[in-house]
Amino acid sequence: MRRTFPILITVVVGWVLIVADFIPHKPFGNLGDDFALYFDIIAVFAFILGGGNLFRIHLTKVQKKKKDWPFSIVTLGGFIVMLAAGLFKIGNPGGIQGDVAAVGSLFNDMYMQIFTPLQASMFALLAFFVGSASYRAFRAKTTEATILLIAAFIVLLGRTPFGLWLTSGLTGDMSFLQLPNLTDWIMDVPNLAGQRAIMIGIALGVISMSLRLILGVERTYLGGDSD
Amino acid sequence: MLNEMIGLWIGAFLTLGIMSFLYKDNPWYKICEAIFIGISAGYWFASMWWQNLVAKLIDNLWPALVALGHGEIQYNLVYLVAAVLGVMMLLRLVPGVGWLSRWPIAVIVGATAGLQFINFLVSNGVKQIRNTIVPLFGPISDAGGIPPVQSWEEALGNVVILVGTFTGLVYFFFSKEHKGLFGGTAKVGTWFIMITFGASFGYTVMSRMSLFIGRLDFLVNDWVMVTLDFVGL
Repeated sequence: MRRTFPILITVVVGWVLIVADFIPHKPFGNLGDDFALYFDIIAVFAFILGGGNLFRIHLTKVQKKKKDWPFSIVTLGGFIVMLAAGLFKIGNPGGIQGDVAAVGSLFNDMYMQIFTPLQASMFALLAFFVGSASYRAFRAKTTEATILLIAAFIVLLGRTPFGLWLTSGLTGDMSFLQLPNLTDWIMDVPNLAGQRAIMIGIALGVISMSLRLILGVERTYLGGDSD
Repeated sequence: MLNEMIGLWIGAFLTLGIMSFLYKDNPWYKICEAIFIGISAGYWFASMWWQNLVAKLIDNLWPALVALGHGEIQYNLVYLVAAVLGVMMLLRLVPGVGWLSRWPIAVIVGATAGLQFINFLVSNGVKQIRNTIVPLFGPISDAGGIPPVQSWEEALGNVVILVGTFTGLVYFFFSKEHKGLFGGTAKVGTWFIMITFGASFGYTVMSRMSLFIGRLDFLVNDWVMVTLDFVGL
């Protein structure tokens, strides 16, 4: 019951949804939309579990005064304040019936003044790590690394005005060597070929994994034997 | 104006705090990082609550509750099943019946497998293969929805795409050792895949740089300039 029934659910749901694609009539025709709804709703409950887990881990860290515990207080504080601002719609001009992200609400203010700068700065920071990674890759001596870097270099320059300015002297028959044109060719031809190989590879992987799941061969998603 | 100034200063404090990591890991960065974790968890939690749970489940199951009234529950089977599956997910926390949380997971896994089987087969598999099998040399009349080849550049491009896709797929075939002709073909495939990675790498660098320039623009043109204007300098 604990393991067999979930496997049965997976097998039945999987096959029904495949068969439903061939029967565009009720009740099969709407099954895809119904299950998309289930995804969204079950995801909320998964979020409740995740939020609870975040709360528990940081609370334990504070209680036991583990390493860097004061930062856990900051995390908990941010989580609670943002959660309260969103769930109770504090300062929302439309009250509890208003849109959660309405302009003027505390939730929206915190999103704009705290979340957005933090997210943008965090991703901007990656520019430097990408820079240092490319420096290391530039020193790589293999053919593959060289091809990767030449493609990256052309695409980077080709999408900037500097790239056009740099190669604007190449006109007439040589105009295809202008960096923007070269970039377009790389994107439309060899890049497309590589993308297709990867996409078809992914499709084959997904199809084989789906078959393993709906035939009941793959069972790792059920976890261990314990509760 | 004062509210705007407070917002700008908070934004600047957080931006500089995150950027301070470039020097080294420090308490200022850790505070900003901790705020980011807490705020983003709270943001997604509250958004999911209102946009998914309330708008998609409670609003359909018990509309009067959302309107703060006392109407009746509408026993729509689709939403009831969704509600039951969601609650079963939470049973993971209850000792003794935690195994029941496998049921909603099984539904998700089964539905994903069923839906993605067809989706990937059609969009990533059949359509990509069909788009690769195009006339290599022209001019050939429009047959099967594939437009005719207009120029030698296009013909060359089609040949390169066919070779690149085929050799790339050969590289992903790991059931045979990559040696001899097969190994050489796979090697050519890796070159095409490297070009794809290079293009993605280039775009990633550009997007990150653009974000960095955006933050610098905020610090200089918003924070510094508005503050100077505020104090009358």
